[in-house]
This record gives sequence, structure tokens and C-alpha cells, in this order.
Amino acid sequence: MDIPYVVHERPDTGLTNVKLGIWLFLASEVMLFGGLFSTYILLRVNAVDWPFGADVLSVPIGAFNTVVLILSSVTMVLCYAALKLGDFGGYKRYMGLTVGLAVLFLVVKSYEYYDKFSHGDVPASSTYLAIYFTLTGLHALHIVAGVVVNGWFLGPGAALWKTGREQFVNRIEAAGLYWHFVDLVWIFLFPVLYLL
Amino acid sequence: MSDSPEQVREHIRLYWKIGIALLVLTVVTVLVSYIEFAVPMAIFVALVIATTKGSLVASYFMHLIGERRTIFATLLLTVFFFVVLILVPILGHVDTYGEHTTVPNADATAAGEAQH
Repeated sequence: MDIPYVVHERPDTGLTNVKLGIWLFLASEVMLFGGLFSTYILLRVNAVDWPFGADVLSVPIGAFNTVVLILSSVTMVLCYAALKLGDFGGYKRYMGLTVGLAVLFLVVKSYEYYDKFSHGDVPASSTYLAIYFTLTGLHALHIVAGVVVNGWFLGPGAALWKTGREQFVNRIEAAGLYWHFVDLVWIFLFPVLYLL
Repeated sequence: MSDSPEQVREHIRLYWKIGIALLVLTVVTVLVSYIEFAVPMAIFVALVIATTKGSLVASYFMHLIGERRTIFATLLLTVFFFVVLILVPILGHVDTYGEHTTVPNADATAAGEAQH
């Protein structure tokens, strides 16, 4: 059975099911991260003392990863624009860059985790580290999911471009919305965990 | 997003400008953190910059600026519940009734770092 309205907009919503679906999913993601941000506030405002983020974490590494994610957001929106121009080569180039930058983010994050663990700083060490590992770990899982989805669209999934261009463009738009959301979450995580 | 090639190229120029603005704001976020504000002021400034960056991403990269009403209705509801989630611990903290509790061990790492 085919999923309806993957190319044409539904008359009642004015949207394709793909777009409405991804926005509803992102709304649930807002609540997921919102719950954890709420937990962070609860822990912080009730703590006797709270470490200054920059004393525990490396600000240059966090800032570097922020730049990496912002650049990946730019390349993601550019690969969508390339498809709109019918430039499949440009799409491949920008999607490849997006996946590469996402992997770079994960490599840097892994180094940060390794550095913490090798110093015996684990989630059980303090409330601050517990919420740090929970928030950044969940975010990193979202990056992994993005790498899998975008990697699929860069490889085997790109075959759809030949048989259903509009459907493929809609899929890339949905993947892009997810990816920008992941970037947006990090934009808040970085100052909250590293700078305050 | 419009399908006209010229308009798409215009959008591409805009995406680069937004990307540069986001990178500049990231540098500003880091630089501002070195200014010795009181904690509430530091939180306020950091969140204002982060919200500005987030708005740019949502408005232009996620194309929210020209989105349909159905999406806005969904997001309005989401924002409402998100604000409630954020306000719950804050209101709990400013509530002066009953006995105040604290979370132990929050600064264990800071003390540990000093020993390294």
C-alpha cells in the first residue's frame, strides 16, 4: 500500500504527509529535550554549589564542535537547494560534506568523553556530570541517527532521484528539518553546559 | 521555498549569510562568557544569543518563516508545553512554602578537577 500525499499536498492541511509527520516528530523531540532541560534547571537551582562549565569542560573543543554543526547545517540546506536546481552532483557534494562534518562532531565528542572517563569523571561522579553526559549523550545519539539517515540518502537512497524526483526532494527536506533541529539543540546545549 | 531557479540562487546567498551570522554569534557567545557578569546576567545574555541563533536556524534553514498555519499551530502548542516544563522547576525554586531541599554532590567534579 502506498503512503498517500508524499508528493502532493493534502487539501485539508496544505502540507504533504512527510512534512506534517516530521514536524510532529520534532514537536515530540522538543518535549523530550525540554524535559531534560527542565531537569537541568531543577538540579542547578537546588544545588548547594554548581561548577562553572568552563572549569570542567574544554570551551575551545565545545566551540569547535558548535562551528562544525553550524557548517553541517549550512551544507544540509545547500544540498536541498542544489536538488531544487536539479543539480544532483551538487547535492551529492553537500550531502557528503554534511555526513563528514557529523562524523567529525562525533569523533571530537568521543575524544571529550574519553578524556573525562580516563580522569575518572563518569556520570556517577557528580550531578553536573550526570546531566552533562545525559544531555550530550542523547544529543550524540541523534547525530548518529542523522548520519545513518543522511548516509542512506547519500548512498542507496539516492536512487529515488531517478524514479521520483519530487518525492526524493521532499525526503531530503524532511531529513534537513531533523538535522537543523539537532543543530538547534546543540546551540542551546553549548552555552548551558560549557559556559555557564 | 519557491521553485524558480533565480529565487533558489537568491536563497543560497541568504543561507551563506545566515551561516556566517551563526558563526559570528558563536564567537560572541564565547567572548561574552569571559566577561565577569553576575550569574543571572550571564545566563540571560547567553540565552539571548542562543535564542537569536536558534531563531535564525528555525526561520531560514527550516523555512519556518514561510510555513503553513498547520505547522505554526503545532509549534504553538509545543512551545506552550515547553514553557510549562521550563517554568515548573523555576516556580518550585521561588516557592518559599515548606522546607527547602538541596541537591548534594553537584560540585564533586569541580573539587576533583582541582586535585588533578
